[in-house]
Amino acid sequence: MSQRQVLQVFEQYQRARTQFVQTVAELAARPQNIETLQNAGVMSLLRPLLLDVVPTIQQTAALALGRLANYNDDLAEAVVKGDILPQLVYSLAEQNRFYKKAAAFVLRAVGKHSPQLAQAIVDCGALDTLVICLEDFDPGVKEAAAWALGYIARHNSELSQAVVDAGAVPLLVLCILEPEIALKRIAASALSDISKHSPELAQTVVDAGAIAHLAQMILNPDAKLKRQVLSALSQIAKHSVDLAEMVVEAEIFPVVLTCLKDSDEYVKKNAATLIREIAKHTPELSQLIVNAGGIAAVIDCIGNCKGNVRLPGIMMLGYVAAHSENLAMAVIISKGVPQLSICLSEEQEDHIKAAAAWALGQIGRHTPEHARAIAVINVLPVLLSLYMETESSEDLQVKAKKALKNILQKCTYLPALEPLLHDAPPNILKYVIGQFSKVLPHDSKARRLFVTSGGLKKVQEIKAEPGSLLQEYINTINNCYPEEIVRYYSPGYSEALLERVENYQPVL
Amino acid sequence: MVTACTRAGGGGAGSMAAWAGVRTGVPELLQECFHSSRFVGQYRKTEHAAAVKIQSWFRGCRVRAYIRYLNKMMIVIQKWWRGYQGRKHFRKMLKTAYFIMKMNFYNEMAVRIQKRWRGYYIRKYIHNYYKLKKYLEAVSLNNEIVRKELEQFAETKEKEKEKKDLERKEKKKDHQARKMHYLLSTEQIPGVFNSPFRPSPDPMELRLQKAKPLSHRHQQIKENLTKETSDFPTCTSSWTFPMVQPLPPIARQKPQGPFRDTAEVLLQRYKPLEPTLRAATSINSLEKAREEMKREEWRNRIHDNEFLPFSSCQKNQKYDPLIQSSSKYGQITYGTKHFREEHHEKWVANKDFETVLPPIELFDRCGKTYSRAGQIV
Repeated sequence: MSQRQVLQVFEQYQRARTQFVQTVAELAARPQNIETLQNAGVMSLLRPLLLDVVPTIQQTAALALGRLANYNDDLAEAVVKGDILPQLVYSLAEQNRFYKKAAAFVLRAVGKHSPQLAQAIVDCGALDTLVICLEDFDPGVKEAAAWALGYIARHNSELSQAVVDAGAVPLLVLCILEPEIALKRIAASALSDISKHSPELAQTVVDAGAIAHLAQMILNPDAKLKRQVLSALSQIAKHSVDLAEMVVEAEIFPVVLTCLKDSDEYVKKNAATLIREIAKHTPELSQLIVNAGGIAAVIDCIGNCKGNVRLPGIMMLGYVAAHSENLAMAVIISKGVPQLSICLSEEQEDHIKAAAAWALGQIGRHTPEHARAIAVINVLPVLLSLYMETESSEDLQVKAKKALKNILQKCTYLPALEPLLHDAPPNILKYVIGQFSKVLPHDSKARRLFVTSGGLKKVQEIKAEPGSLLQEYINTINNCYPEEIVRYYSPGYSEALLERVENYQPVL
Repeated sequence: MVTACTRAGGGGAGSMAAWAGVRTGVPELLQECFHSSRFVGQYRKTEHAAAVKIQSWFRGCRVRAYIRYLNKMMIVIQKWWRGYQGRKHFRKMLKTAYFIMKMNFYNEMAVRIQKRWRGYYIRKYIHNYYKLKKYLEAVSLNNEIVRKELEQFAETKEKEKEKKDLERKEKKKDHQARKMHYLLSTEQIPGVFNSPFRPSPDPMELRLQKAKPLSHRHQQIKENLTKETSDFPTCTSSWTFPMVQPLPPIARQKPQGPFRDTAEVLLQRYKPLEPTLRAATSINSLEKAREEMKREEWRNRIHDNEFLPFSSCQKNQKYDPLIQSSSKYGQITYGTKHFREEHHEKWVANKDFETVLPPIELFDRCGKTYSRAGQIV
């Protein structure tokens, strides 16, 4: 055979390989094909192609592997078990940027499923190579490496610590400064995943100078970038007071409040989360937020959103109000209470309702003024119904009861307490009666109103054990009124009167 | 018994003789003694008893008197002593009562002072009602401001977004017009967007008029790129130029001192020159303006010959006839004498053209003919 014919055979083979690997890569992009591919044994076929001579085939094979591993964790485990990782790591150090991108994609796809797989990646020494990739010129390579590191660090704090020990954090901070938006997003997300596990890791991220750059990027118009940046800042701020203070010192207020008006839902949610994490530590930080007008912005944000997006905002109001009564009063005058009551009635999810109930309890528990502000908008019957409903989850019931108890112990606004008299179960009723017994002895108009509204009648109908607190309260209330009236309203009085009529001997 | 004793005593003197005398009368003596002693004995008891009684009574009296006397003395002493004790006690009581009174007074005064001080301190530092009120008012004011600003911010964002959307739509429509430029309507055939039944052409028609046709080169370049393996889930373009505006600088510590704002200083330093109108006009602006006018007129003129009045200067000039109506044999009559086509086969109708327009009846009815233009009846 001539030389050309010999070479033609090789060319055919190469073309066949290229076509196979490209088709597999395209098929693997659609989820419905992956099962069939797996059953056809595509893993064992792709493995030798990774070592192919032709670079394009290598890259496409790596891409196909990455897409397969991305789909579910069985395939990712098959990648790990097939000893493909060491080869990938080795070639990561040497090959061109397309291969680096594809290999980093495979590592990311394997590492995202579970901590064990991520640990396998760390064990085969991929972290150092990935960190070297972070220093590459090509932004695509940097992005792929940063993404892989982020997914590895996401699972638990040991893996995060391993990523930090490989020296990834300063390079990630440098990546944030790059002009490409996608790279910034991924780097911010990776920093967020690293710092969320423990205060030491967050401190490491802060020491690399990340806060200032993250704070600058809040002004960026890209919505997804803002999501990641706000998430990273909130993960840093949540651990301790010092970290929260450092985040605040980066002058994020009042810029963060504009993020609460963004059109993207998750930007609003993450901004509210950040403010919540800062507000929950100390009263001074909450004071700072109040002075910057944060409460109004958060309340408006709660009003505009629906569903889970509201939850961090509601919790933030609760935390702020919990610190001191002045802050709770600030929440009240910012018109937070009507908004919270709307949330309580509108939302379907139990955990959001529980958060709203808790926040209302924190606002109302300080002084009678606060309790009055809550009672005036008629939210106490709603809380009571939430507590009584059997369909509410246990968490919701507990929180509703606590909130009700805290508010009732300070509430002196009697018109709001009256509906509760009729519906409440005994353990709530004793607080209601207690409040009545505190207010009625001193206020004659209230006494009159109490009688005309049927409250006295209801009180007489309550059965309480003698010597219990409830009985004492009832006695106090009864002592406020002349005896005839008490007897008039006591149950069975009409029968007693009729009996008297029966037994009466008329005087002729 | 007394007698017996005296007798016995007396008997002692004449002892022996007596003794014999006595010894003879002993039994009578004895009986006498017995009877007397019995007699005495009988009365001895009672007398003894009486003597004892008298003596005891007397002794008793004496003792009682003595005791009474002692009692009296005792009473005096005790009276005096008790009085002394009582006065001492009273003095002590008085002292303590006085002390208590003093302490109460001091306490009350201290309470007054402390009351005032505590009220002042708490009202000023711990729970200053008016400061709190002002603070809450300031907070609500601040909230209003923040709410307004945020609303404005949201509105501007909305407007920007709308503007961007509009621009995008315009661009898309223009791109479409460029792609479909062949649908432009011509003189003969109205295009799709310029239907004769519409009152006015569709805006797409106007776009098509303005559009420049698209060349195909753009498409080919895109096709080449898809073959590469850069179609990754990562960065789709390998190199992107920065589209983002440069970020504001990281806020550093401000330098100490009442320096002016850097931006102000830079504005002042690099303020562009704003010359007055007199300084801004160039020195030969008048000439330039004149030249410009002349040039414009030259541009708009048909020919440069000056318009001369009718005079004999023109008689010498030769008339240049039109090229179209001149032939080798002089001026042809077509175009001046007659306007009809020379080849008879090309005639549309057999009749001649009318050289004189027929009168219009409507105007005749009004008393006007068309030729008498301008004359109103």
